[in-house]
Amino acid sequence: MQSDTSERVRPGGAAAAAAASAPAAAYHERPGPEGSLVETRAFSLWYGATQALFDITFDIHKGLVTALIGPSGCGKSTLLRCFNRMNDLIDGVRFAGEMRLAGRGIYAAGTDVIALRKRMGMVFQKPNPFPMSLFENVVYPLRVDGVRDRRILEDAVERALRGAALWEEAKDRLQENALGLSGGQQQRLCIARAIASDPEVLLMDEPCSALDPIATARIEELIDELRGRYTIVIVTHNMQQASRVSDNTAFMYLGRLIEYGETRTIFTTPKLKQTSDYVTGRFG
Amino acid sequence: MSATETTGGGRTGGHWRRHRATDITARGEPFLWMLGGGLAFGVAMIVGFLVLVLWNGLAAFYPGPIALVQLTSGDTFAGEPVRSEPFEPPESEVATLSDALRAEIADNAGMAVRTLYRIGNFDLYGEDFRWVPDHAVASITYPPDYYHVERLEWGPFIGRILRVNFDGLEVAGDAVSATALHEQHGAARERWRRLRSIVKGGIGEINREIEGARLDLRRAALRHGVGAPEYAEVKRELDATLAGLEREYATLAAEAARLKALDERFTITFVDGAGSETSERLSSVVRMFPANDLGLGGKLGVYLSRWGEFVGDEPREANTEGGVLPAIFGTAAMTLLLVVFVAPFGVITALYLREYARQGRLVSIVRVSVNNLAGVPSIVYGVFGLGFFAYIVGANIDTFLFAERLPSPTFGTGGLLWASLTLALLTVPVVIVATEEALAAVPRSMREGSLACGASKWQTIRRVVLPRAMPGVLTGLILAMARGAGEVAPLMLVGVVKLAPELPIDGVFPFLHLERSFMHLGFHIYDVGFQSRNSEAGKPMVFVTTLLLIALIALMNAGAIIVRNRLKRRYAVGHF
Repeated sequence: MQSDTSERVRPGGAAAAAAASAPAAAYHERPGPEGSLVETRAFSLWYGATQALFDITFDIHKGLVTALIGPSGCGKSTLLRCFNRMNDLIDGVRFAGEMRLAGRGIYAAGTDVIALRKRMGMVFQKPNPFPMSLFENVVYPLRVDGVRDRRILEDAVERALRGAALWEEAKDRLQENALGLSGGQQQRLCIARAIASDPEVLLMDEPCSALDPIATARIEELIDELRGRYTIVIVTHNMQQASRVSDNTAFMYLGRLIEYGETRTIFTTPKLKQTSDYVTGRFG
Repeated sequence: MSATETTGGGRTGGHWRRHRATDITARGEPFLWMLGGGLAFGVAMIVGFLVLVLWNGLAAFYPGPIALVQLTSGDTFAGEPVRSEPFEPPESEVATLSDALRAEIADNAGMAVRTLYRIGNFDLYGEDFRWVPDHAVASITYPPDYYHVERLEWGPFIGRILRVNFDGLEVAGDAVSATALHEQHGAARERWRRLRSIVKGGIGEINREIEGARLDLRRAALRHGVGAPEYAEVKRELDATLAGLEREYATLAAEAARLKALDERFTITFVDGAGSETSERLSSVVRMFPANDLGLGGKLGVYLSRWGEFVGDEPREANTEGGVLPAIFGTAAMTLLLVVFVAPFGVITALYLREYARQGRLVSIVRVSVNNLAGVPSIVYGVFGLGFFAYIVGANIDTFLFAERLPSPTFGTGGLLWASLTLALLTVPVVIVATEEALAAVPRSMREGSLACGASKWQTIRRVVLPRAMPGVLTGLILAMARGAGEVAPLMLVGVVKLAPELPIDGVFPFLHLERSFMHLGFHIYDVGFQSRNSEAGKPMVFVTTLLLIALIALMNAGAIIVRNRLKRRYAVGHF
């Protein structure tokens, strides 16, 4: 991993600091009340010889919901997995550029990856509850932290399950195997697990793509409820979903960030033709 | 074919080329026959084998009739017919026969039929079995007063009871009542059992204590030197202990002598078909029954009693009779120990190979080597086990921990521990391969889910990956267990013996004696079937022991499979 120390300063969203070869990205996102939380600067990523991300620069604002959209293979999931360094697990991955969580380099030497991941809960495309009881699933992040106190664990379960809008359905079956839940319930359980350790950021990688419309609506309601309490980054294929749940939207194409702006503007009057082609369904 | 080709209609026209016939392999399921046939062949072989073992094994203990055979030559003998087969009588024998018989044999292309009789009475004739040509038999009767007598020595006796002597009271064989005989026999057997428990239990215990005290003395000599005051102290203690033990021994020996003398006064005398007599102590008769005079209930009683002895008693008569309890015990103990050793070893190796090692050329080489290990002849493992475990590791253990017993080895020779370790080595490739497969089958999403929660790699493996892979690991263990329990060749080198004096588990501290040699059902089959003085007599035992070994392995596997299925059910529910 190389870290690009020559930081580019990007003014409020008008002018882009992009690589010379790439067209300039357009920025017009709505700033959050508490400023930016995750900052990405000229970040590039290679899988072996293939470059998957090109010079990504943008800020994720604290307390807002940020959606990443774009056609398949545009790198949005890859980018999401860079935030909590899940790509470290893949052999032959290289990085350039910089990412910061609350001002501290995510890829800086000496970063505690385990601690970093605890600050960023993650929800995956397919619900992936562990083959244990509901209770053990939710307290898993606390368990690996060494928490043994029954009262703390029970409090955390209730808080997380209420947060994930699963408490009423689950409170009587906490000791049942989580694999017995329906798909939508499993995904909400995964959300409960992700928020059990009180993270700052919630990363969601197409959390509804394996769910039916009703379960999808439940998850979207949930995201709306979580807004403000957590900073949420959601990758989605579904543009209606992005427009419904997010405050800011980043449109990516072929590994580049094309346009990053307030959701309403992106879907109604995008600044770039490429974006408008995509959101109106002319390609992608 | 040539007709259609010479007219050339199809070839030149070309319509059939446009509508090409469906390929033969695409029509129906022609290979279904081959696949189904392969399966049927395999199933038929396995079922055939099991039926053979079951039939012979289950029938082995059922008492057969006793035939009293009168030969044309005037001889008479009694025996149990075993089987008949055609044979070609030698010229010299045929020449002595009557004209009618000669003509009959000539009609059958020189073949006649002979029957194998189990005549028993090895002490009288030096053979257990006798072939008799059917044309040499004048008459066969099935007298009701002929007994099949199983004895502690010389194998079975087949004949009548001539007389009995109950403590000086002599009664003729046909006058003694069945109930009195049964009672006296029971009492005599009880005396014999008590005698055995005194000799093996009481006196054996005293000998063990004497040996222990002697070893204490020797240890003191090795540690402090013979002249040291500590040595003198131990010696004084030893002398006191010995004196006490000596007194105990004298009491037990007197009791044993009394029982033995009493036992001598109860005798039974048999006479066989030819009129030869033999006398036995009543207590040395294990079981006797009038085979031709038994109803179905009586026969079943004999059958069940023989099974009971077989499963629950020690072997006698060079293993061809009696039970196989020590072998059952040894096999089960060894197999369980094997699992105890192979499970952590195999799982840890597979975890490293699959989860931690950088996948590259070196790991591939290691993996191929592990797989190839499964193909090494098992006797090679036996040699390795003997050379490395027993002679190097064991000898060093002896030097450091059991120096006082040298030169007789404790761990420096074959034993339960080394046999289990050798078999663990032999079966570890199976466990490694199965575990690796199971680990690879754990979905990536599970690992990612755990890692994203802030779990370390080890926590992920420990809490999510391993439990999820457990059914696969257990499958590997089941395979390893089945392979290990059925293995014999390496065991002959590292600890299995024909007759083990003591079980590897008993009530004496430390209860599990890993250094002891043990008996094994697989080796028992080999020994009884191919190493005993009379393989014909051992044949039923071979089948019964095989049946028992298969049953034992099936039982242990069933246990493991139940555990695995319970685990599987835990991970199988769900909607994805």
